[in-house]
Amino acid sequence: MTGTMREESLKSDIIVYIIILVIAALQIVLAYTPGTIGQHTLEFLGLAIIQAGLGIMFFMHLFQEKRSLMFALIPATVFVLLMMNVFWGESFRIVHMKPWPN
Amino acid sequence: MSQADIAQVGHGPGYEAPPFAIPSKKLVMWLFIISDAVTFGALLYGYGYLRNASSNWPTPFKFNPSIINVMIMTFVLITSSLTMLIGVRKSQAGDKNGAIKWTFITVFLGIVFAGLHLREWMSMIHEGVTLSHNPWGSFQFGACFFSITGLHLTHVLGGVIALTVVAIGYKRGRYKAADMEIWGLYWHFVDLVWMFVVPLIYLLNIEK
Repeated sequence: MTGTMREESLKSDIIVYIIILVIAALQIVLAYTPGTIGQHTLEFLGLAIIQAGLGIMFFMHLFQEKRSLMFALIPATVFVLLMMNVFWGESFRIVHMKPWPN
Repeated sequence: MSQADIAQVGHGPGYEAPPFAIPSKKLVMWLFIISDAVTFGALLYGYGYLRNASSNWPTPFKFNPSIINVMIMTFVLITSSLTMLIGVRKSQAGDKNGAIKWTFITVFLGIVFAGLHLREWMSMIHEGVTLSHNPWGSFQFGACFFSITGLHLTHVLGGVIALTVVAIGYKRGRYKAADMEIWGLYWHFVDLVWMFVVPLIYLLNIEK
């Protein structure tokens, strides 16, 4: 990596760092604005996903790896997390309801 | 090619190419990171269900000192990610002293974060919060708070130890720039987890 490339990379790292800090500050401002818990949860999760995406792509350099690595890791993780949401909900429901309809 | 070299850069010419064209160690770290992400995901889902199912979930975090403390902790941890990144870039450029300096700055910031975290814990404990009891409402609050933030704190302390070992090993020639990058990945992951812990654990439970 040449000196100029390194300087440009550092510049982009600092820009990403500032964006992540700004989003963190925005979350705190949103926390003190009126709204339901559901609205706040969605807002916070949305912003946290943007922060995490920036971190994974630019700090962890997944963006610079082969695309196949990204496609192997991200969809599988998202799938497991989403399925957890379904299965956990079902596991609570099944305690209080019959597992099959009459 | 020695065993150490194979572990470092993948497989020798007589073997198949490393998957995804990255060193095996790096792939292992990525696999660890996604499994750890799922662990934190499970804890946060569990917390979400408990919080949603409870009619008297406590909202104890005051702006001063809790949220201010969390803001400082967030700033410190995100900054430590940047310093880690600079350390990795220095190591890749062959600047050994620069890499070690920036890695130890990262370690220092990690220790500051852990200190602030313990201060937050002590203030909660002082207010009467334990794993099974708190003075405000649902008794599960303490278990959720301490288990999720505790697991994260354990990761930070583990990262501090690992980065110290790798930086010293790098200085002595035992580890290479690739090892710095791999442990940098771990450190960034710890930072990313905090970005979910802050809004869900602290900001959803602020005192208004």
